[in-house]
Amino acid sequence: MSDESYPDELHYHEAHDWVRVDGDTATFGITWYAQDTLGEVVFYSPPEVGDSVTKDADYGELESTKAVSGVVAPLSGEIVEVNESLDGNESAINDDPYGEGWLIKVRMSDPSEVDSLMDAAAYRELVESL
Amino acid sequence: MVPFAGWEMPVQYAGVIPEHRAVREHAGVFDVSHMGQLEVRGPGALEFLQSMLSNDLTRIGAGQAQYTLLLDENGCPIDDLIAYRLGDDHLLLVVNAARVDDDREWLLGRLREGAVLDDRTADMAMLALQGPAALDLVDLPQLAPFEFTRAEVCGVLGIVARTGYTGEPGVEIMVAPDQASRLWDTLLAAGAAPAGLGARDTLRLEVCYPLYGNDLSQSRTALEGGLGWVCALDRKEFVGADALRAQREAGGYDRLVAFRVTGRGIPRQGMAIRPAGEVTSGTMSPSLEVGIGMGYVPADLAAEGTEIEIDVRGRPVAAQVASKPLYVKEKIT
Repeated sequence: MSDESYPDELHYHEAHDWVRVDGDTATFGITWYAQDTLGEVVFYSPPEVGDSVTKDADYGELESTKAVSGVVAPLSGEIVEVNESLDGNESAINDDPYGEGWLIKVRMSDPSEVDSLMDAAAYRELVESL
Repeated sequence: MVPFAGWEMPVQYAGVIPEHRAVREHAGVFDVSHMGQLEVRGPGALEFLQSMLSNDLTRIGAGQAQYTLLLDENGCPIDDLIAYRLGDDHLLLVVNAARVDDDREWLLGRLREGAVLDDRTADMAMLALQGPAALDLVDLPQLAPFEFTRAEVCGVLGIVARTGYTGEPGVEIMVAPDQASRLWDTLLAAGAAPAGLGARDTLRLEVCYPLYGNDLSQSRTALEGGLGWVCALDRKEFVGADALRAQREAGGYDRLVAFRVTGRGIPRQGMAIRPAGEVTSGTMSPSLEVGIGMGYVPADLAAEGTEIEIDVRGRPVAAQVASKPLYVKEKIT
């Protein structure tokens, strides 16, 4: 497992998801706190490229040795890529949640939604309050 | 730590997967002190247990242990256990933690004159040292599988048995509770990884050892549970034998089968099997890296290779009935 961190360049959703914005594309993943709470991830059921995701709605499912959890979309858009390399290598979500453990890439349908997300400082404050 | 049957139980230390791998590849040690111990002795003790337990105790001598069932009149297990034969009329039953009280009351209510039953659960701690390196890690008495002896291990006196619940070579060691932490520390220092109940569950499921409360219960018979091999139906009389003979005669009963997932998903206890049946244990197998499980299905779905589906939260996931055990160690040739 990795050490606790919340990179400054990312945006955060209260359901413990992160977003990396690059032009009109956004990469989604789960935060260090989310993977730590969930425990060892053993299964990821990804959506399909071309599917739409809606902000605040589940788009996939993660199962750990202790629990099953939906994964919430922090922004809306159309999926342009899913992380195929996680199949059989789900532990990357624990080991490198902001790198190799990314989940999907989305073409944002409403980039202004980014403004509703937290910055790293606000998210860190949220995690500390839990 | 989580509460279980009145005990505080370690579910995991480093994590289920690394602990599982440690046991498959080297050695791990489990604290299974929650297991119950019932001692039965005195004139008629053997005869009494012959009438209460499904397996034939005359097939083992002093210093040998046997996997067996305590059945109700319907042939359904009240518990599955290991009987250790200490002497002619002296036996120790190692039973499931959640079943100690039921087992004890059932046996006490039927006890023969002369035989005495003592609940020794609080007097005995139990550590399980398991894995391919387990027998070489520390100095242990030479024992064949299911043999046991009183011996000193790392300076601690106990009962050492070549038994386990992982499919790996190893021993289970019963010691006085005040000696257990010293033995635990010594085994860790010798290189065994601490392993919790989570890994114990994935290890036992890979080799298809049933878990009481999941795969076995008083709503399924021993034959349905695939445990006819520990029921001496043609050798002796015991509680539940008549019901099992009748079921054997009638045939066509449900079977506890093992299966592996061929689609994508993890089976879990309570999920429906399609076209018929129910998952009683399921997990992601750390050794096989696929979803595996066991469950009861009608007889016509029980053949190896039968295609079934598991209802994973409303999503059908393809699976195939497979032979037991699901995990077989690769032989080094």
